[in-house]
Amino acid sequence: MLNIALPKGRLGETVYAMFEAAGYECPAIRENNRRLIFENEAAGVRYFWVKPSDVAIYVERGAADVGVAGRDILLEYEPDVYELLDLKTGVCRMAVAAPAGFRDDVRRTLKVATKFSHIAQTYYAALGREIDMIHLNGSIELAPILGLSDVIVDIVETGTTLRENHLEVIDTVVPISARLIANKSGYTFKNQAICRLTEALSGQIR
Amino acid sequence: MIPETIRLRREEQATFRLRQLYEAYGYAQYKMSKFEEYDLYVRNKSFLVSDNVITFTDTNGRLMALKPDVTLSIVKNTKDTPGARRKVYYNENVYRVAGSSRAFKEILQTGLECIGAVDDYAIAEVLSLARESLALISPDHMLNVSHLGILSDVLDRVGVSPDGRTALLGHIGHKNRHDAEAVCNAEGIPPARRAPLGALMAICSAPREALEALAALYDDDAWRARIAQLSRILSVLPGERVRLDFSVVNDMNYYSGLVFQGFVNGIPESILSGGQYDRLMERMGHSAAAVGFAVYLSHLEALEEAPSAYDVDTVLLYDADTPPDALLGAVRALTAEGVTVSAQRSLAPKQRARRVLRWQAGELKEVTSC
Repeated sequence: MLNIALPKGRLGETVYAMFEAAGYECPAIRENNRRLIFENEAAGVRYFWVKPSDVAIYVERGAADVGVAGRDILLEYEPDVYELLDLKTGVCRMAVAAPAGFRDDVRRTLKVATKFSHIAQTYYAALGREIDMIHLNGSIELAPILGLSDVIVDIVETGTTLRENHLEVIDTVVPISARLIANKSGYTFKNQAICRLTEALSGQIR
Repeated sequence: MIPETIRLRREEQATFRLRQLYEAYGYAQYKMSKFEEYDLYVRNKSFLVSDNVITFTDTNGRLMALKPDVTLSIVKNTKDTPGARRKVYYNENVYRVAGSSRAFKEILQTGLECIGAVDDYAIAEVLSLARESLALISPDHMLNVSHLGILSDVLDRVGVSPDGRTALLGHIGHKNRHDAEAVCNAEGIPPARRAPLGALMAICSAPREALEALAALYDDDAWRARIAQLSRILSVLPGERVRLDFSVVNDMNYYSGLVFQGFVNGIPESILSGGQYDRLMERMGHSAAAVGFAVYLSHLEALEEAPSAYDVDTVLLYDADTPPDALLGAVRALTAEGVTVSAQRSLAPKQRARRVLRWQAGELKEVTSC
């Protein structure tokens, strides 16, 4: 039996459709209920929905053998897991955004607001730019509007939220997409099952 | 007679068995202090599993650290004696930030180091002992073996920039073939030159099959010699429960040659890690070579069976008038039957016993049974 952690929400539903099409269906998951665990013994899979940022924790600690996590989560938390496939869904980018017309004054420390402190730190360290990191947990776009920060580092999908708040992307940090990840020990002892799943899923990537 | 309900914890069993195994192969126990000068770890930060170290200032003002690692201390205290080989094992607690918990933990670690004139036999012996260590812990284990010399050779032949090489090593460690491919694209590496790297990353099978796949990557004498040397060392291992897997990528600034990681089914992380660390020896001013491994015994807790439903088999209640010698005689008689006994004046709150007996006028009477 393979334990699979899926991210709750739209990405999870898209990804489940890929698992289903690959032959790992679990009809109960489509029923409208509040259950968190769904099992299909015949297909040898047990799915569970978890918060997207927690998928990597479930997989790293072996509660799930495999899972689907965004590249943003993998770069931010650096879990010790295998990254087996780029599912090429949930495509977006981690970007630096600032108020329209922003000019970076390199003589000053740059104030950066973000949920992704590690990614932002690594990005600016590589540029050799001194920053003042402001870690926020939500509504990141508000920070530059209220003068809390100069720029933000956040996920940008369509850019609508940015535009509505008069912000614009000034740099792309890294492209993001959903990845199939596996626990290292699980991969070792359920090798055939995980390799079969990886192979089947790779046929579903568009 | 030890009551059956008293089981040695897996950690205790493993400590004892591993000690026997290492001593049988001529490894001497290395006992060390819990502290080391912090300077040793500053100079070799990337060798440590985690670079967070608990420090304190000792009475003469030196900055000290609670040991986060054992190998560095052993290497520091080893003298180069040409032709000689030093074989030691240890069983020590180390202190470091463990896994994703982001908190300091005391971790019981056992392991061995073979330092000095390390030849193919010495490497093969250590590799074989690593596999035997896993087998002593659980029959359901796997030893993943990689070779940094081979990996480095492939990366040289692919021909990437130093930055690309660092990125590729990270992706190889995560079996991340899609991003490795992206690095090759960014570096403009033609498909024919990058193909062996993809094939190397796909290898994850028993030595015989894996060696065949490896041999097919290049067709020249230098490559054949590398594969032959690896094949000779791996021949000491049985064909099963061993895999060649190049995702075992230890830091190349310290490790060289063979590296390996051991897993036990039921434990989500690797329980054994080791390899040849000739580069660490060089960095610490030694001319000798070295190979060794560590077993993280604290991880064995994950294998413990469900805790017993009872704190003790029998609670024996007595009162102030009970003669101690008679009571002790009764306790001894019960333990001789193979049960655990706790003689008490009254039942403790929340205490769970299989049965409760009361000493009454020289006789044991059952008060209640659970």
